[in-house]
Amino acid sequence: MRILAIVKRIIKQLLRDRRTLALLFFAPLIILTLMYFFFNGETEELVLGTVNVDVWFTAALEESGVHVIPYEEAGRKTVIEHGLDGLLTVANGEMALILLNEEPSVSKALSAQVSTAAMRLAAAPEERPQEIEVQYIYGSADTAFFDVLSPVLIGFFVFFFVFLISGIGLLKERTSGTLERLMATPIRKGELLTAYLAGFGLFAVVQTIIVVAFSILVLDVVVAGSVWHVILINLALALVALSLGILLSTFAATEFQMVQFIPLIVVPQIFFAGIFPVEGLADWLQAIAKVMPIYYAAEALKAVMYKGLGFDAIKGELAALMAFAAVFITLNLLVLKSHRSL
Amino acid sequence: MEHAVEIEGVSKSYGKKLVLEDIGFLIGEGMIYGLIGPSGSGKTTLVKMIVGITEPDAGAIHIFGVKVPNLELLEKVGYMAQADALYTELTGKENLDFFASLYPMKSTARKKRIAYAAGIVNLTAELGKRVSAYSGGMKRRLSLAIALVHNPKLLILDEPTVGMDPELRLSVWTELLHLKKEHQKTIIITTHVMDEAERCDIVSLVREGRILATGTPTELKQAYGAMDLEEVFLKAGREHR
Repeated sequence: MRILAIVKRIIKQLLRDRRTLALLFFAPLIILTLMYFFFNGETEELVLGTVNVDVWFTAALEESGVHVIPYEEAGRKTVIEHGLDGLLTVANGEMALILLNEEPSVSKALSAQVSTAAMRLAAAPEERPQEIEVQYIYGSADTAFFDVLSPVLIGFFVFFFVFLISGIGLLKERTSGTLERLMATPIRKGELLTAYLAGFGLFAVVQTIIVVAFSILVLDVVVAGSVWHVILINLALALVALSLGILLSTFAATEFQMVQFIPLIVVPQIFFAGIFPVEGLADWLQAIAKVMPIYYAAEALKAVMYKGLGFDAIKGELAALMAFAAVFITLNLLVLKSHRSL
Repeated sequence: MEHAVEIEGVSKSYGKKLVLEDIGFLIGEGMIYGLIGPSGSGKTTLVKMIVGITEPDAGAIHIFGVKVPNLELLEKVGYMAQADALYTELTGKENLDFFASLYPMKSTARKKRIAYAAGIVNLTAELGKRVSAYSGGMKRRLSLAIALVHNPKLLILDEPTVGMDPELRLSVWTELLHLKKEHQKTIIITTHVMDEAERCDIVSLVREGRILATGTPTELKQAYGAMDLEEVFLKAGREHR
């Protein structure tokens, strides 16, 4: 079996290339761990200075976790000197909020807390404010940003590393002359492509399993849905990355040129992967998102890992990924045609 | 005698540059056919078209009566490229085994062929080493062994003896002559070493994409009143200017 012979060869070659193996299997774990610590850090307590704010309002703020420091008199300087995140002053029944705004996200959180407290008091003035009962459709009160981010990251790593390694794999075959040499053997181009997809696909499977297992077992990422669905989505994505990597390697003359595709092809995908919500973007940007394979994978992964949805919810995304793979594989066969007409 | 290779009116250009112009010749079965010429003369392009890797712009090539390119035909063709196309992460044996397994062969036959091919190029002791540790000459020898491994009827060798020491070159040529005599193999060889050209049955002198002259080495020397093929080449070149 010629396909089997090539698959065996690819496996042997990769197993002897320790650096590439390390890149494929350990680099994603290191980055994932770093991201975990970055995004899972305890959120700092919000510190708010108050002047002339009544007890009910203070109570409402403290209940929602804001550290309140009352002042007799305070101004902009106090905020800077005392390291406050903001200062709430009431004068003549008018409320004024000064925000430090060193970190916009802190400012937003703080002004949201103040508004909430104000609303709660408005609903029931002169009474102890009522608890608001909160229910979560997805996740829980403990949901951290990383829980939403990790599905996207897992998909991205699978895509990135499989893309790079399969692309460079075929490129090496091209630059070393072995691809041309293979064309002097009775191998069919379809067989060659199949073998490449299978050989590198095998490593993609192992990588996917390692990344998913590490996320769940070590980083404690919650998979609300089925782990098998997670692996299934990643495999579909790996197939897309494989076929795209192999395709683009045709247009690179050296490994360096292959690396140049990263800012062009890979980095833009991060923006559409759902780290930033795509729904809020301009229409034309949303249209671009629809031609990014990672967009579909990230949507599907979020649906399974975070929202805990079943197969029905990811059918469409899986179909989109398979369509991408089919297009890239067809293009591959056409491009390989320039070598030999058979 | 049957014709192993028929080349008719083959032309090829890359962009505006004409690499081969209206090449046509026949190669009889069971002979060693030499393509002699400097680098850049179009020898390698011609050889690649015979193998079927490169397609001619015009003209046709037939091997054993079958039009090139043809996948079944490639089972009967052994090709050694000018640049060593080897997998350097693999050992010599793994390289041989990989290429051999692309051809229909039983595994016992394959093992025998690998041992035979490695023996011819005197690499048996080195087979367990990774190719990345091979010298230039060893890589050439391994490439030659790969071209031989599936027992092809037609051998196409592009500068096979570059980087080999005289001793080994002699033994390679002895084996090529043996393959021709005992196994009726047809061998196409490109070279720019004139004493190798002398050993061919028929040589074609190639320059700037055209064939200057074709004949047996003796015929050519007589026709141009030359002492050796080098002189023939010079004289033929001047005539065509």
